[in-house]
Amino acid sequence: MALQMSQELRPGRLSLRRRWKRLQRGELLPGLLFISPWIIGFLCFQLYPIASSLRYSFTDYNMMQPPISVGFDNFARLFGEDDLFRKALTNTAIYALFSVPLDLAVALFFALLLNLNIPGRAIWRTAFYFPAIVPSVAIGILWVMLLNTQGGLVNVAIEALGFAAIPWLTSPTWSLPALILLSVWGIGPTIVIFLAGLQDVPRDLYDAAQLDGAGPLRLVRDVTIPMLSPVILFNLIIGMIAALQVFAQPFILFGATQGGSSGNHGGPLNSALMYSVQLYTVAFQQFKMGYAAAMAWILFVIIFTLSLTALRFSNRFVHYE
Amino acid sequence: MSNVARTNALPLRFRRDESATRNWSRLARRAGLGLAFLVVVAGAVLYAAPVYWMLITSFKSTPEVFRMPPAWWPQQLLWSNYPEALGYFPFVQYAGNTLRIALPVMIGTTVSSALVAYGFSRLRWRGRDLVFYLVLATLMIPSWVTLVPLYIFFNRIGWVDTYRPLTVPAFFGDPFSIFLLRQFFLRQPQDLIDAARVDGASHLRIFAQIIVPLAKPALAVVALFSFIAAWTDFFNPLIYLSNPDKYTLQLGLFNFFSQHFVNWPGFMAATTVVLAPIAILFFLTQKTFIEGITFTGLRG
Repeated sequence: MALQMSQELRPGRLSLRRRWKRLQRGELLPGLLFISPWIIGFLCFQLYPIASSLRYSFTDYNMMQPPISVGFDNFARLFGEDDLFRKALTNTAIYALFSVPLDLAVALFFALLLNLNIPGRAIWRTAFYFPAIVPSVAIGILWVMLLNTQGGLVNVAIEALGFAAIPWLTSPTWSLPALILLSVWGIGPTIVIFLAGLQDVPRDLYDAAQLDGAGPLRLVRDVTIPMLSPVILFNLIIGMIAALQVFAQPFILFGATQGGSSGNHGGPLNSALMYSVQLYTVAFQQFKMGYAAAMAWILFVIIFTLSLTALRFSNRFVHYE
Repeated sequence: MSNVARTNALPLRFRRDESATRNWSRLARRAGLGLAFLVVVAGAVLYAAPVYWMLITSFKSTPEVFRMPPAWWPQQLLWSNYPEALGYFPFVQYAGNTLRIALPVMIGTTVSSALVAYGFSRLRWRGRDLVFYLVLATLMIPSWVTLVPLYIFFNRIGWVDTYRPLTVPAFFGDPFSIFLLRQFFLRQPQDLIDAARVDGASHLRIFAQIIVPLAKPALAVVALFSFIAAWTDFFNPLIYLSNPDKYTLQLGLFNFFSQHFVNWPGFMAATTVVLAPIAILFFLTQKTFIEGITFTGLRG
């Protein structure tokens, strides 16, 4: 930018150019001033809490007495003897492992179809998007009803197809699949992001491939998907971060019906106990803040590692123009 | 070009054959499109069905809810479910409370993110892009890792059970909004800004008189998103608010659900009422909405 600018200025008008340089040099201070809200927010609401969280993770702290230092005790207990923690970690990993690729695939599938020249596209797109604006509490309540074993709409459909009704919310086998199913209902934004990416795929690439005799499936595989790979990576990382932190839906689906917010929110035999839900219980029902901080830091490390790994390995698969 | 010429040079017999192939492939394409259309419509119906079911259940009588075969239309529209459900929790008061959070969050997010985005796009300073990557990297920070110390801190300064922990952080810029606005600001003509600079206009004036008027659509997207996010937030009010007088709509709905014996028509009526304002807002601003998401995702 700067180079371009100085080329535009005629060499004869030195004073203007010097004035321009002075202006530019002076932009560090205003720059920092403009971003100062973010700097302050970053320091106060992110950097300090993260550091503080790490400090708390080595203590025992119930908010009544001052924190007591316990060394690596919290971590040793988490990995050594805390069955609920291990259960939550496993469940969350399984949930993310299935829901993230499934959501991506379904979203890409419908985005590809919506990108075709079919009548009423805007209407169908709205239908897919709408669930995303439904508040999570409403989603939770609605789906407790839809997933009801007797007469719930989902089971009505399953029985109409000739299968037996599935006890989604009361069986340890089906509670995680129920959560995964719910995640598929929320792919609207992912579809819209894919649609935007599809608009950016140059038409002539399709034309060229078609001239070479590529059919629709090969067009998708060899043109669309490679051209869309940066968007896929973006959705993958965003989806993974969200899935590992999923809270409101399991909290409502597996809690509210069984005795309100003081109840257990892990579903039958804790088969759908999610990491965030367990963290909530430890922090805000048992007030074991040191223990909760240790759990939060473990989640932080997991998310950061996975995101960086995805970014690093993406070089092999992601095609940038 | 040469292809066409060659085709014309072919004997008539072959040419007819080729047009038949073309007809056939056009037919196949039509059939493919028709199939795609059917699949999309089926998918859209599946996605819309739960919302329809919510709406229709809110007018049913309790025995009708899980009746077999399912009642796609109630025998009789029970409007009385609505006043009854709203009697269970102070809807108007909670709507007011929610607004008292969502409005400051909207204003704070929009103003602060716009200022920060200007600093990241229209001012040139060393290390700018590096710091901007740091902003994006903060998206990877799970809210849990900051929540515990923040809760302890807000508790110490007496902010727990007030709206401040929910509104004040919004005034320090939101990474997604900064990203979106920066992309938008970068597309605006630099000449205009340079001209104003040479004329001696301050950065704040350029921001207020050139950038903001040009960026109204993007600012609307940020305002809309932040408002809806605050309005539908369940997690933060759940953590920070304990006095039922201060509850938001989402907390009220959750409490109603968890403390009453199963009353599906009532639950669905309450859910519909809580959803209605956002649904209306969504349908009024749909274009802005879709454009906003498009913009966030595109250059990810």
